[in-house]
Amino acid sequence: MAGEPLLRVQELKKRFGGVLAVFDVSFELKRGDFLGIIGPNGSGKTTLVNCITGFVKPDSGRVLFGGRNITGKMPYTIASLGISRTFQMVRLFYNLPAYKNLIIPLCSSRAKKLGGSHYGEKDDAAIDLLDDMGFERDSLVPYKTAGSLPHGYLKRLDLARAMALRPDVLILDELFSGMSMSEVASTLPLLEKYNEEGLSIVMIEHRLKELFRVVNRVLVLNYGRKIAEGPPKEVMKLDEVKKAYLGIDLEVFPSAAAVKE
Amino acid sequence: MIKEESRYRRKRLDRGIKARADTIFVIASWKDLTYLFLPRAVPVIALLILPLVLPAYWGKVLVFACVYGLLALSWDFLGSCGLFSLGQALFFGMGAYLAGTLNHYFHVPPILTIPVATVGGGILCAALLAPVVRLKGVYFAMITLMLPLLLRKVIDTTGVFGGTHGLPSLSPLPGETVAVYLAIIGFLTCLFIFRSVGNSDYGLVLRAIKDDDRAVMSGAINIYWRKIQAIFISGAVGAFAGALMTHHFQFLGMSAFALDYSILPVAAAAFGGPGTFAGAALGSMILVPLSESLRALGGLRVAIYCAILIVSIIALPEGIFHYMARKYHQFEKLVEVK
Repeated sequence: MAGEPLLRVQELKKRFGGVLAVFDVSFELKRGDFLGIIGPNGSGKTTLVNCITGFVKPDSGRVLFGGRNITGKMPYTIASLGISRTFQMVRLFYNLPAYKNLIIPLCSSRAKKLGGSHYGEKDDAAIDLLDDMGFERDSLVPYKTAGSLPHGYLKRLDLARAMALRPDVLILDELFSGMSMSEVASTLPLLEKYNEEGLSIVMIEHRLKELFRVVNRVLVLNYGRKIAEGPPKEVMKLDEVKKAYLGIDLEVFPSAAAVKE
Repeated sequence: MIKEESRYRRKRLDRGIKARADTIFVIASWKDLTYLFLPRAVPVIALLILPLVLPAYWGKVLVFACVYGLLALSWDFLGSCGLFSLGQALFFGMGAYLAGTLNHYFHVPPILTIPVATVGGGILCAALLAPVVRLKGVYFAMITLMLPLLLRKVIDTTGVFGGTHGLPSLSPLPGETVAVYLAIIGFLTCLFIFRSVGNSDYGLVLRAIKDDDRAVMSGAINIYWRKIQAIFISGAVGAFAGALMTHHFQFLGMSAFALDYSILPVAAAAFGGPGTFAGAALGSMILVPLSESLRALGGLRVAIYCAILIVSIIALPEGIFHYMARKYHQFEKLVEVK
């Protein structure tokens, strides 16, 4: 299985009325890959993730996971196969204590198969996971209701929720948006650690500086089309990418290009 | 007057025991123990003693109250996973017809028909509603409202299972006392099982489905399968009530699918406070005897009953149980505003 890609997306298309949200996007993800997906607002990044994770049914194209066709399967089926995701707008249960939010994925058959399922073990597993995310075990933070936590904590709680399934592929939809610099700085090494342990990560991000520190490949979307793919430094040198990002012709405004450099 | 109000405000204080949390239990004193167990023990003991002291007529009312209580609990359980049902009559009628037909055509004794109807009714209801489990809110409610009416019409027109006349002279339960206690014990067991399920991880997942089903799906949980399980549990409880009533009346008729069995449990749960199970139980324990005691008023009975319902729902939209629980756990103190 070493050379075989874990996740293979083939010519995915999705149209919302007259808008082509995702058009002919293909990419591959190997085990241990760290792929960034970037692109201006409305370029179809989240729709692409929704198509892969089953929240949106693609019009055409295929998603293969471990050689198995998972196109159009239900979100819970895809999640139980091992593709886990976070949401751009965190979807949590605000009236539950933070650690209780993790009980829900820990109740799934996938988590039970991979971890313990005896009474009380779920709570312990949840606290362990939150401890990794920087919710200090001995403090009150994991026991506070999710609704009372600051936004940066919620983002990390969402990440913990996704990691509770012990996924093979983790898809992060703008995890860092709204996080403080120090929170980002403490989360990045964690992602790198997971990645080194063999987790394949797909990361959608607008904070390019942080993104480029960890990813080994980026994919650039614009108006639903893939316009570039490759190592971050090479991709950002492409004129098409600069144009998509800055929305201006670089030859007319060379100063803008200098700023971006 | 206004001046005085501005100088004082009400402050709510927790009455609670020394340590109270989900995971920590510290039992400090008899005072704490009574504080904890009194509100649970008093209704249970009262319900168990009532049949011994009540006159025969009110004993029958108590059976009714327990049956409606079971239906209200069954409604609240479905509600806890976000399925708004208007068809408790479907569950009730399904249990009634299973028990009645088994007894009438195959002469199965009540000791077997009631458990068979309970499980079978749950399975049949889950199978009937499984195709529409993806519907939400009012659409699911419409289907559940229609199904009992549809089945009733089918029985009416085709004349199966006794048709319009029903099936009379079914085997009775061994005695009035057995009937009353079967209803009470069924009701209390259901209440306490539902309460503890509600606090367990299973109940947590059900409530999470109600809050945000997409987040639950991303947790690799098949929400539709969970909802079907909830319909089975809720259906089984409703079917038990139906089977019990059939043998209690010794008669099976189309009235088992009557609209009353759909609407009154919802009213009881709304009146008592939905989402807690105790509220639904309390609501039906108040509403059914209230409706009976108004019987002396004749024609205006329903009008007065409705007026009481409307006033109470406007005055206490959270439900009686939430109000009582708050009053029990907190006390108000007037504090001076400086």
